[in-house]
Amino acid sequence: MNHVLTAIVEPGFFGSEPVHVALLIGGVVAVVSGIIGTFTVMRGQSYAGHALADISVTGGSGSFLIGISPLWGFAGTSVAAAGVMDLIGVRRPRGRDLATGIVRGAGLGLGALFLYWDTTHTSTTGATVTILFGSMFTIDSSIIPVVVAFSLAAVGIVAALYRPLLLSSASSDLAVVRGIRVRTTGALCLVAIALAVSLSALTIGAILSTALLVGPAATALRLTARPALVMIWSALIGLAATWLGILLAFDSYYWPPERQGWPVSFFVVALVLAFYLLAQALPAGRGGKPGRG
Amino acid sequence: MMTKQRAASGRDRQDRRDTREDVLIVDGVSARLGGREVLHDVRFTIRPGEFVGLIGSNGAGKTTLLRVILGLVPPAAGKVRVHGNGIGYVPQKIELDPDMPLRARDLVGLGLDGNRLGFPLPSRSRRKLVDEMLRAVDAEHIGNARVGRLSGGEQQRILIAHALISRPGLLLLDEPLANLDIASEQEVVALLARIAREQRIAVLISAHEMNPLLPVMDRIVYLAAGRAASGPTDEVVRGEVLSELYARHVDVIHVHGRVLVVAGRGDGLDIPLDPAAPAAS
Repeated sequence: MNHVLTAIVEPGFFGSEPVHVALLIGGVVAVVSGIIGTFTVMRGQSYAGHALADISVTGGSGSFLIGISPLWGFAGTSVAAAGVMDLIGVRRPRGRDLATGIVRGAGLGLGALFLYWDTTHTSTTGATVTILFGSMFTIDSSIIPVVVAFSLAAVGIVAALYRPLLLSSASSDLAVVRGIRVRTTGALCLVAIALAVSLSALTIGAILSTALLVGPAATALRLTARPALVMIWSALIGLAATWLGILLAFDSYYWPPERQGWPVSFFVVALVLAFYLLAQALPAGRGGKPGRG
Repeated sequence: MMTKQRAASGRDRQDRRDTREDVLIVDGVSARLGGREVLHDVRFTIRPGEFVGLIGSNGAGKTTLLRVILGLVPPAAGKVRVHGNGIGYVPQKIELDPDMPLRARDLVGLGLDGNRLGFPLPSRSRRKLVDEMLRAVDAEHIGNARVGRLSGGEQQRILIAHALISRPGLLLLDEPLANLDIASEQEVVALLARIAREQRIAVLISAHEMNPLLPVMDRIVYLAAGRAASGPTDEVVRGEVLSELYARHVDVIHVHGRVLVVAGRGDGLDIPLDPAAPAAS
């Protein structure tokens, strides 16, 4: 029995401090991303999520230059970008995509400049990989309180606006008639998405962060038609992908060729994809035909 | 001179009734959009349980009038008074993709408390009310289906249940028949007539074609280029009245219990005005 266990979990896994931090932060971030991701998918804002993640590169790379945690940079620029996107997004449906595209392009341009300076001026050579692809095992545990605060803020927003967000995703006219301030709710939801992508940028990298935002939610909505259950499933799928990913990455250190190790982000994203494909193989999805459930 | 006469006699068509128990009073409403007057001195009233058709071609001002009644567009002149327990509103369509996780019963429940903050606590009375509403629109069997996967007619029924659950005195529907096939069209019309009759809820339904509504319509509000004539259907849908409204000669032709509104004098320039022809300007 013990032999089987050590074959799956390499010795030292549960005793390692970086693993503890990774499991904790990675777990919290996965749950937050799963919950916020449900609304991102419901409201058709996956593209906005991608754009916010891209823009977080700007802040993340900038934060290396001034020596603060990249989380502050990720969140600073993506929340600001969410505000700008809302301001210039007007109300036309197409205006939203255009505004998103313009802000995203500008943000990535600045990100390119900062990453260049990171590697040339300050000789932090790992910066590019850390920003773009994450580094779960090197997260400084002092950032935990900030992670928790951002998580509570993001989940708090969508928990408070649960019903108005659901109603306006079905019909903005209905929401307006009910006295819901659609513009404000939409802007707040975008802020929650910005916080969620910043958090997952910290764990699996800015480029990959939307995989954790959109993937588990897209998988979960195949499993149930109930919005509240989708949130729970989505959070659990994200959590499973993250923890399994951390375990596999730790194990991979002992895989041949030894002492190389594979990045956590690769495993997390691969598992998210695997779960998604598994769910697609399920028959039709629940709530498909009238009378069934 | 012509214009003045028309305005004066047009107003006579806006019949005056005792307004004490009306659920909706539209009193001389004018509205402007982008500097253009889209509604001019529209006045009519609706009583509890009445089934009223708001008929007019595209661009006649139907949508603007509904938005004024809902309080989404402020009128440039006149006022709207709503009595009783508010307005239930049924938009034309739902914006959700087929895969999105929102069940028909979720949407109906949001009609009760969709504007509240926080999670809805599961309660037996809330569930019972939702079931009751689903039954009222013959939609019990699709209660657990995803809203985005329902047909146009099924979605209309769910939206009607969503609007009814808060027990409004007036139900407002924006072109509910626009995207329906003939069978679902008849189903939805019959359902609305039943609700109006049994629950004494007034129904105001906009449409560019009056024929599907003729069998159930108590009264009509006929809009052309922002001006309205209202009253019992057979009093309004007549050549003289509509000619005044359109400011040109209009014939009303009855064929097998259906009504055809045609402009011109048979001199080769006949233009059918109903449905969907641009109104005289």
